[in-house]
Amino acid sequence: MKTKPLSIYFVYTWLLLFSLLPLALVFIASFLSRDSAHLVSLPLTLSNYDTLLSWQFANVFLRSLIIAFLTTGTCLLLAYPFSYLLVKSKYQSVLLLLIIIPFWTSSLVRTYALIAILKLNGILNAILLKLHLIDHPLSLLYSNFAVISGLVYTLFPFMVLPIFTNMERFDFRLIEVAKDLGASRLSIFFRVFLPNTASGIISGCSLVLLPAMTLFYIPNVLGGARSILLGNMIQNQFLVLENWPQGSATSIVLTATLILVLWFLRRQRKEDI
Amino acid sequence: MEGYLKFVVLHPSNQLLPTDMIPLIEIKNVCKSYNSLAILNDISFSVQPGEFLTLLGPSGCGKTTLLRMMSGFEQPSSGEIYINGLCVNHLPPQKRDVHTVFQSYALFPHLSVFENVAFALRCQHIGDDEVKQRVNESLELVQLGSFASRNIKQLSGGQQQRVAIARAIINRPKVLLLDEPLSSLDHRLRKVMQYELKQLQKTLDMTFIFVTHDQEEALSMSDRIVIFNQGHIEQIGTPRDVYETPSNLHVAKFIGEANIFEIKVQSLFAQDLITEIESTTLHCKNTGNYKVGDELHLVVRPEDIRVWSETEIPDTKGMLPGKIVDIIYKGSTVDVTVALPSGKIINASEFFDEDDDKLEYLPNETVWVHWLTGWEVLLPHEN
Amino acid sequence: MKSLTQKCYMLLVYGLLYFPIFVLILYSVNNARFSLQWHGFSMRWYQELMRDQGLWSALFHSIYLGLTASLIATVTGLFACVYLFLHPNYKYYRSFYATLLLLIIIPDLVLGVALLIFFNITSTPLGFFSLLIAHITFCIPFVILTINSRIHTLDVNIYASALDLGASRLTALTRVLFPLLWPAISSAFLLCFTLSFDDVIISYFVAGPDFNILPLTIYSLVRAGVTPELNALCTVTFLISMVLVILSWRLSRKSS
Repeated sequence: MKTKPLSIYFVYTWLLLFSLLPLALVFIASFLSRDSAHLVSLPLTLSNYDTLLSWQFANVFLRSLIIAFLTTGTCLLLAYPFSYLLVKSKYQSVLLLLIIIPFWTSSLVRTYALIAILKLNGILNAILLKLHLIDHPLSLLYSNFAVISGLVYTLFPFMVLPIFTNMERFDFRLIEVAKDLGASRLSIFFRVFLPNTASGIISGCSLVLLPAMTLFYIPNVLGGARSILLGNMIQNQFLVLENWPQGSATSIVLTATLILVLWFLRRQRKEDI
Repeated sequence: MEGYLKFVVLHPSNQLLPTDMIPLIEIKNVCKSYNSLAILNDISFSVQPGEFLTLLGPSGCGKTTLLRMMSGFEQPSSGEIYINGLCVNHLPPQKRDVHTVFQSYALFPHLSVFENVAFALRCQHIGDDEVKQRVNESLELVQLGSFASRNIKQLSGGQQQRVAIARAIINRPKVLLLDEPLSSLDHRLRKVMQYELKQLQKTLDMTFIFVTHDQEEALSMSDRIVIFNQGHIEQIGTPRDVYETPSNLHVAKFIGEANIFEIKVQSLFAQDLITEIESTTLHCKNTGNYKVGDELHLVVRPEDIRVWSETEIPDTKGMLPGKIVDIIYKGSTVDVTVALPSGKIINASEFFDEDDDKLEYLPNETVWVHWLTGWEVLLPHEN
Repeated sequence: MKSLTQKCYMLLVYGLLYFPIFVLILYSVNNARFSLQWHGFSMRWYQELMRDQGLWSALFHSIYLGLTASLIATVTGLFACVYLFLHPNYKYYRSFYATLLLLIIIPDLVLGVALLIFFNITSTPLGFFSLLIAHITFCIPFVILTINSRIHTLDVNIYASALDLGASRLTALTRVLFPLLWPAISSAFLLCFTLSFDDVIISYFVAGPDFNILPLTIYSLVRAGVTPELNALCTVTFLISMVLVILSWRLSRKSS
């Protein structure tokens, strides 16, 4: 049966040409320098990586990491019980659709929608003032709080869907068995439910952590000029400073970090299995 | 003689054959290997028109691969396959007059039963009236006459299988290939389908080539059986041939149950040979012209073994002593496991017979076992 | 008999999720430019939107780009999936999947940057074609994943069965495989279109000055500040995406 091998060669070549090759180019570029005429040029150098060994970079890197972790943590805390309720619900398909809609609509648009709420004379402040919970409007926009809110708002469905898919396959009869054997509710949760839903948690965290570190337009829009995170930094280096070798080096460090985190998470998953 | 010679032709495979005896399918020296792993080794046999031929063997022995080569989905690495005298090695499946019933049925889930069965006819752009008539005819043959408009997903396993068969026979192909079609059915349904398939084959006068690993199935349905083992043919014969005169130890063990002894010919006496098992002298029919000193396998089927308790018979000459190890009551038979003094285990299967011996044994009871001379099978010794 | 707290929690989450959108829609029909007070219902911002030529061209560009990229990605991805399904012994199966997986894991940011460097080195001008190549590249893995998950539910002998019964290879594809895969194909197409239509990060790096697309236009407007026309624009974009999602969801429901 000789159907078209052409199609697979086409796709494979495409992928090699337009994803593997460019990625290799980034790696190479990170070792190059630049001069006045070209964006990248010889000589080969490690100075780009050297620059990254500075406190300034470490600052940005750590802040990005912390914000990403906080985002992931918040998403997890919100999504886990939510998924549970979703699994137990009768209207699952409709409720799922209502989660998927924001999932697929432009996150830029949704982030923009947050501005009207978070700004100084925005709705949130208006409500809080009306309820006399505060005396002066809070400057919520252009802060870490705003950035994290924006990231959580965008990435929440990314956490829900893997956890939900995994929970759906949980055999709830295990809980009955545990009860039958005399386990307390806390014990059931930690020793039966949690371990069996762990792989969903890990998938969800992977899906949130990575974008949380690289979605640069959310910190851009909600964080303002003060909030420089890794994503913004790379964007800056490439398109504003036009320092491509430096940008490449930063990208490589970012990718390496992410692969490390992913690998760590996968190992956790394998150990659980 | 002259009249006979008028109807002889030169077959492309260089044999002189009478016209009505040209084999429908001929497999000649077919070999197949994948990535230097040999699946089939020098396979040769032929299939007569109107025959129900079974390819029998354990999983992985290459029988499905051979079937796929006959239907056109694989090509032999070497050797030829002839269908109706024509070499079909490079003929694509669409052009062969051969249809397959797959093990998983492979019904088209998006089409109704009617459209599934009609598929082959639609490919030939046959008119609607003729299609309708032929589809209904086909469905009637498999007893699914009223199922035409049903959805595939609503059918049970057995019904799906009948649709698969109806779909494959609608074109009245010369040969129908069936790849373990009954393996996913439950026991009772299997027996029903075995009977129905056999009836169908006779009604349509079609050649069926049936693949299975179930030797009972092969014995009950086939005109001839081809026994495969690890890529080569062990024996070809009628069910009776392979059961009563297996050509080697593998066939003897694969078809039915067998008790196997290793013996040495001690002496010859007329048409018998004399040997000794467990210090008991036995006479056997010298079916293979064996000489004194030959080492042989002696094979006896459980149903051929008679078991006598000590009190039943006076003369135990030529019988082997033993102790009952296990008794299993199976309804129509009683299966008894006997341990000989050396520890060797014999399985015997005795049918209930009202005016015969008792069939109630006690564990550890001493008994005598024997079989009638000539009911054993002698095979040359293999390692 | 769900407890009250559970219901409240669900409502809270959904509320939080949709509240900003609701606000957005509300203010897009508010008859006031800067104020947050309600000044009456008005469609004037939508009317102003209609008159903005730049936005219209950006919209059409995005749609054109989305349709082209989705079509190419879906068709090539489909044939690749079919080939892999019919030839499970394909030599480079594992390395192909590894490459695919790599592409999915790599963050958009790094891919965008990588493509920028690639286009620079190959002297490809940044514009429609660079965008098209980039969009096809990030769409293909999703097409393959979507179609593959569906193709594996099919009986592996279906194609062989069709050939066996006399169908030509083309007929077997068009009358057996494609009808069965149709929900997955259309779902993949819609998915690609949505991804392409909404993409900001990759497009940001590989877009050129001559071919403006909607997300980037919105991005620059967003950074400039909140305006009612922008509210209207975002509402429209949101509604289009929502319709596409619901369509895609109904298609996938029909198949299962």
